Parts: sequence; structure tokens; C-alpha cells
Amino acid sequence: MGHTYTPGLTVTPRTVMSKRRLLPLPGTVLVTVGEAVSSATVVARAELPGKVHVVNLVNQLGITPEELPAYMLKRTGEPIQQGEVLAETKPFLEWFKTDVRSPITGTVDTVSTTTGQVILRAPPRPVELFAYLDGTVVETFPGQGVRVESACAFIQGIFGIGGETWGAMALAASSPDQELTESMLTPDHAGKIVIGGAFVGAAVLARAKEIGVKALVVGGMHDQDLRALLGYDLGVAITGTEQVGFTLILTEGFGHIPMAGKTFALLTQLVGRKACVSGATQIRAGVIRPEIIVPLAPGEDVKGMEAGQSGEARGGVKIGDPVRVIREPYFGRLGQVVGLPSELTQIPTESHVRVMDVRFSDGSQAVIPRANIEVLEG
Amino acid sequence: MTPDCAGPLRVIVATDCGSTTTKAILIEKIGETYRQTYRGEAPTTVEAPFEDVTRGVLNAIAEIEELSGRTILDGDRIITPSGVGGNQKVGVDLYISTSSAGGGLQMMVAGVVQSMTSESAQRCALGAGAIVMDVLSANDGRLPHEKIERIRALRPDMILLSGGTDGGTVLHVVEMAEYIAAAEPRPRLGMSYNLPLIYAGNKDARERVTDILGKKTALTVTDNVRPTLEQENLAPARSTIHDLFLEHVMAQAPGYKKLIAMAGAPIMPTPGAVGRIMETIAKKQGINLIGVDIGGATTDVFSIFQGLFNRTVSANLGMSYSISNVLAEAGLANIMRWAPFSIDEQDLRNRIKNKMIRPTTVPQTLDELQIEQAIAREALRLALIHHKSLATGLKGVQQERSISDVFEQTGSGASLVEMGQLNLIVGSGGILSHAPRRAQAFLMMVDAYEPLGCTELAVDSIFMMPHLGVLSTVDEQAATDVFVCDCLISLGTCVAPIGQGPWGERCADYVITLYDGREPINGTLLFGHLLVVPLPAGEQATLSITPARSVDMGAGKGAPIERRVRGGAVGLVLDGRGRPLQLPTNENERVRAIKEWHKALELYPD
Repeated sequence: MGHTYTPGLTVTPRTVMSKRRLLPLPGTVLVTVGEAVSSATVVARAELPGKVHVVNLVNQLGITPEELPAYMLKRTGEPIQQGEVLAETKPFLEWFKTDVRSPITGTVDTVSTTTGQVILRAPPRPVELFAYLDGTVVETFPGQGVRVESACAFIQGIFGIGGETWGAMALAASSPDQELTESMLTPDHAGKIVIGGAFVGAAVLARAKEIGVKALVVGGMHDQDLRALLGYDLGVAITGTEQVGFTLILTEGFGHIPMAGKTFALLTQLVGRKACVSGATQIRAGVIRPEIIVPLAPGEDVKGMEAGQSGEARGGVKIGDPVRVIREPYFGRLGQVVGLPSELTQIPTESHVRVMDVRFSDGSQAVIPRANIEVLEG
Repeated sequence: MTPDCAGPLRVIVATDCGSTTTKAILIEKIGETYRQTYRGEAPTTVEAPFEDVTRGVLNAIAEIEELSGRTILDGDRIITPSGVGGNQKVGVDLYISTSSAGGGLQMMVAGVVQSMTSESAQRCALGAGAIVMDVLSANDGRLPHEKIERIRALRPDMILLSGGTDGGTVLHVVEMAEYIAAAEPRPRLGMSYNLPLIYAGNKDARERVTDILGKKTALTVTDNVRPTLEQENLAPARSTIHDLFLEHVMAQAPGYKKLIAMAGAPIMPTPGAVGRIMETIAKKQGINLIGVDIGGATTDVFSIFQGLFNRTVSANLGMSYSISNVLAEAGLANIMRWAPFSIDEQDLRNRIKNKMIRPTTVPQTLDELQIEQAIAREALRLALIHHKSLATGLKGVQQERSISDVFEQTGSGASLVEMGQLNLIVGSGGILSHAPRRAQAFLMMVDAYEPLGCTELAVDSIFMMPHLGVLSTVDEQAATDVFVCDCLISLGTCVAPIGQGPWGERCADYVITLYDGREPINGTLLFGHLLVVPLPAGEQATLSITPARSVDMGAGKGAPIERRVRGGAVGLVLDGRGRPLQLPTNENERVRAIKEWHKALELYPD
């Protein structure tokens, strides 16, 4: 590939976020273009088909499948109440009558004369789609959803678990390299988006659940603690539906890693503000990273922070760019690009790869494969 | 399938649109042989902001233009045929492509009996290049509402419903159809079309299945995949899967309508194309073959034994996106047994998870490389176990017994993968194809597969098997030429006596006769030892080997054999570590043994 751009995580005090909010199945859009919405606004609604119950009537009535329609008291599509008679035999003597009652309230979905089973369907369940962001509806997709736009500060994490939530941000750590301890979490953090520093351990995670924090944002954690939290070993990084009591976002990765200074500084500036966060992570085509979105008022800027360019707009990695190393042996260290040799370089594994020279804050310098650094965006 | 040129094929451009990268190769006829001459790649552009797969295709082809000096593109159009206007450096005769972008083809299959029709349906879907998300059967132990909930939750690209031999059960097939209808399944991509469903079961149930599913799905009825218990008929359903993949699934993906119009042959799912080229080669050379493609997310295993093709995909065994799942499935101890050092569990777990969340990183240090290669061994091993369980003879087939079966009876459905009958292992995927030393790829495959007797090994040089698979549907000769000349890198032959013995004791005596007039090489292979005899690619030798009394080289315990063996980038490797391969249980001895083996093959720099 011609360019040398290594995408990184975006950390920016101001950007315009545009989110498509789509229903899982066709429904009704409840808002119009131009309408102002907040996180909790229901922008679309759909009805999930109800759960089905299969009743094998022929076995219970002692008849053949072909005979079934003659014994049915309810036809396909008809509503039925729980306990209501669904089908019955018509013996000569009433005393010998057998009937089968509906186990649920719903409708008769199908009556099969081949298998002799009747499928009952519970009433549909409404699904409501929230706006998630405070912003404006800029586009509607009839029957499917909307696009919401919002001016905001935006911080991407590297990995998270748990779904969308929102609340006020609170700071629990005093520096990006401080480990979060149990005593740093107080009852005041209930319902809040809590910002930690370098690391969170199992005991603190348990405390966060006990207090009822809405989300926890930290630099890193041990995989063993994640396994204990989830109750299983996470095999593939597709998350967002976990229910561990709160949403968890790692900004750096696994291990004891200080949060990047810029990330911590921006989050500190935004303490007390409302943040919309999601732990959903998908690391395949169509990458989804966890996020912290802090809606801003029109024209508002976060003091002391400048928005940079991100993604392809930056035109690739350049000398002087701030970078983070994302693989051993320098994992987690922050530095600055000081050299971009174009030729392939042999590294200790004997692979020939494109590299860059990085100078760390202590003045030391290292040659690192370009694939192993992330540009600090924003 | 016809190429969109009337004249002979001289220049072909082929692309494979992967999840992250679109790879293009140029194939030219040089003299009487087709050769792969240039390659280019560009990021795949299925996702926002581009949302048009052809952008990535054109970018990858543009890179080939730059490198080759050939003009292939006229704006967004591929110039055909070659030699337009008398200029031989303009145009190509054919453009073809495969695709696995957007997660490839994801299917759910259903049948009546789990080990019979459901398994046939599963083999059919896998052979067509699909990832099978779940297999539902009337007898799979799940309650009806659980089946229905599962179908609803999955959102596959396509469903294959089989069940019943022709003239067999209708009842249970209809039951499965009713469950699918009740679930009202929705396709993965898009909201505006019905989910494609292929019915390939008992022909007597077609009418009822059509009544039940005709309105709720985009139903296609095809021949039964299991017309009788003794017969499997996968080709018609497989071909229907390919057609529907193009018509429904690909048509929903951004830019694919344009791509289909550009291509001179139908777009194939990437694994389907890889299977196709492997099948073509195995049949042409009359060999038994195992092919493996170990990617970031999945590991595909292909086998052709006695002409029977099978493919499986282990959807969650891979070296980046799914690396953490290899740890979960194999366990830490199994991974670490391959490393020439000990490591703290917490540290290793964190390293593996960090690779999962940053999948494009590469090992910079030797220990990082060794850990990745240890994980790869386990991914390969687990994927082969999975493959063996599905690449079986037909189950439920009545067998005639004779008096000779009294002492040794094998049930129906035994695995077709007989390691003792295997001729060639072909490895593909970054960890194998791009291993810094070829011997590393060799030993990873040998450790994972434990081949028996004499087995050749090779790697795919730059992952061009998908391109060649689709090319073989148009011009088999061109595909075979490139496969032999440019695609495969021969690593050599592994000679592994079957049996175990105390370390350091005699396993076998060998004499290697080279054809270049040099003195024969002879010696004794000891248990626990690995020996390498340099034998370059293209060279052959005769190996005479006399195993110890308890050891078998394929002709019976203690019976000597003589074989012609081929060389390669690694050479001839005599593996005295025993079969099944056992590692020392004492940690210090294990580390010492691993280091000795690495040294014998000069696996890593000192």
C-alpha cells in the first residue's frame, strides 16, 4: 500500500458526530428532520414478533394430523387467552371429552395438518429506539430510523463491554497513571460516568457494580479480571450486549497502562458534563470502538484544547506526530515520530517491515514497526 | 461460464476482495505457460466513507498498472481485450474476482437427523464457501421454542433446509419448515428483501415446504442433498448457493452490482474458490491433500482424500480477531508447551488480548514471534480436529460385514482424513506464508498435524489461491500453470515413523540416495530427535528406512520401506519425536527439547 497512515483512536475536543440510529426490523419513525432530540428521546418504534409456543395437539387429543382442523376451536390468526380451550374432542359422552387449553395469551399462528402441531404466538413486544445523542435529526429513513447529528467532544476507547448509556461525568483518579482503588469510588458516583486512571482491578469492578456507576473509563485492566467479570473467556471481540451492571471502557488496552495524557486531560475538562457512552466493540471489517461523546452547546469550545485533523484528512503519519506504541516491547509508551525510513528494515524477528523511529519522553529512541504504533488523533 | 473475450486468454487480472485488503494479481501467458507477474493491493472499500467495493478493486489494479507499465484502466472501466489498437501493453483479456468482504457468506443449515441430512447440508454449505452459523436438526435436543428463538436471533445471509431422503420422512422436514416460518427470519444485510432459503430435502415434501415458506422467504427448491442414505448429492445445492450469493447477498453489499458487471466470470466466495483450486490440483495429480488457510478471524481446512473434497471453516480460530478464542479453546498449557521458555499466565493473557484488540500489529521481538507461532500450532491443530469430525463417510449407511470384519469393525461415518495416506499439506495465511524462515512454517504444520510416514509440505507464496480458484472455472490450464510455478513454495518432506520409544534410543535407520552422484547419506534416527538433510526444491532422493521393531513406516511394524522424496526450501526432515508426538512433562526438559528441535531446524536466529 502506498501510504504510511496508521489509524489511531480519536480524542478530540470538538467534532460533529453523525450517527445512524436504525431499528432491528421495520417500524415507525417518530421524529422529523430538524427536530431537536436528547439521549432519551424515542426516535423510532417497532414491534418485535412475540415468542412462539409449539403445542403438539394430535398427541394430546389422540388424533391424526389430518383430523386436526375439525377439533380446533380457534382458527389461524384468531386471538386466544391463556387457559382458553384451543381444541377439544367431541365424544358421544361428554364425560370422555378431552380439551387442550392455550398456555399463553396471543394468537394462533399456524395449524399444521402435516405435523399436527399448533404454533401460538405471544403478543408483539414494542422496541423503542433512543436518540442516544443530544442533537438534531438530520435525516430520516422511512420505516427504519434516523440520523442524528451533534456537535461534541469525542473520545474513542480501544475496547469496551456493555451497551449505550448516559450520565454526568465524574473524576475518580487524580492523574492518568493512578490506579483506581476501592476507596476512590464513593456513593456519589452512583449513576455517573466515572473516569479512572491507569488500571482497574477485580475488587474495584465489584465496588463499581455495588455503587451503581453507569460507566467506568480507565486505561487498562487484566484479562483475568475481565474473565471473572464476564464469567467466561471472551474469545472474539464483538461486545456491547454484556450485562455486568455498568459499561466499561478501556482507553489503552490490557495490562497496567496509564491513560494517554491527552485523553485524561480532555476528560478532566469535561467533568460534570453529560456524556453518552457505549462499550460496543467490534474489531473486524466495519470496526466499532467504544466511545465517550460529550454534547457541546452551539459554538462552544472546550477551554485550552484544540481540535486537530483526524483520519485520512491528516494525510498520513508525519515526522513530529505524537504516537503510542501498541505492541511489546514498548507497549503503552508514548512518543514522537522522528524518522520515517521508506525502505524495509529487518527487525529482531528477521521480518522485513516498514518502520519508524520514535523518541520517547525520556529522550530514548527506538525503531518500531509502523504496524505497531497508533497516531494519537484529534 | 464464459470469459467476456472471444479471443485467446493472454492477460488476466484477478482480484480477491477481502475484509480489509483487496489483492490484485496479473497473470500473463509467457511462451506456452501462464505466470503470475505482478501484484498490487489496496484497502477494501466496502465500508463508509467509500461504500463501493470497486474503488478498492480499481486502486489495487492501478498499483499493478504502475508496477507493470501496462494500461489496464480507462477511468473506471477495465480495458478488454489485450492489445487494443495494436499496443500489447494495453488491456487485459479477462477480469475475475472473489470476495469475502463484509464477513463472507454466513449461512444457517437445517435438517432432520443431525448426523445424516443435517451433516450433508452442512458439508454442502461449507463446500460452497460459507461460514455455518448453526446447524438445526429435528433431533438436536433443543426444544421447539429454542430452535425458533435461535433462528430469529441469527440473521444469516441464507438458510439451507434439507431433511429426509427422497421418499422418506415428510413429517419432520415440514416440522423444521414450520419452525423457520414461525421465526420469520430476517437477512443480515438490508431490510427490504426476503431471506434466501434453499430447500434441498425430500422431494415429496416440496409442496408442503413451498406452502409454508414460499411467502415468508425467497425460496429456491433444488435437488435433495441426501437422496438416499448411501448417496450424497451436494453439487446442485452448492451451485444454487453460489447463484443466490450473487443475486441476493452480494447485490446488497455496496458496489457489488458494479463489480459483478465488471467481471468476466461469476464472483465466487473466497473459500469456495480456494477449495476449487485445491480440488483441481489434487485430482489432476492424483494425490491426497490437506490445505489450510489460517487467517485473522477464521481457519479454513480443505481436504481431498480418494477424490472426495471436504471443507470446514473454524469460524472463531484465527491469529488476530479470534486469537483470544484459540486461548479459550486450547487452554494456556497447550499453547505454552510449544514455547521455548516459561511465561507468566497473566502476562500471556494480556498479550493475547492486546493482539485481539489491535489485530494489525506484528511481533517485533523473537519471544513475541514464538508465542504467536505457538498459538498458530494450536489453532491449526484444533481446526484439523474439527475438520476430521466433519470430513467423514456417510453416516447411517448399512454396511455388509464379512468374516474378516470380526476382529476389526469400523462404523459408518469414519473420518476420511487418514494422515497415513496424506501426500501433501499446503499452508496459507500470513503466519505460514510470511514466517521469517520457511522452517518455521514447516514445523508449525508438522507439530499441529503430526503427519505420519512421508508427507510433503508447501506454502502459498502470496495467497493467490482464491484468484486461481475462480480462474480454474474459466481456464483450468492457466490456473494450474500458475499454481505450480508461482503459487506453491515447496518446503520439503517430513518423514515421521509411527510409534514411541525412550528418548535417545534407536527409532529407525536410514539411507538417503541423492541423484547428483554424491555419496549416500546414512545414519540412525533416535527417538526425540529431529534431523534435517538439505535437499533443495526441485531435487529428489530415494529414502530407504528400516524402523525399529516397535515402529511403523506404513508397511507394518519393523518393516523397511523405500520412497522417492522431494526437497524444498527446508529439505528432508526426519522426525524421530514419535507419533503420537509427546513432549516431556517436566518443564525444564520440555524447554530443553523444544530448544534442541528449534536448533536442529535452525528455526530462529541465535
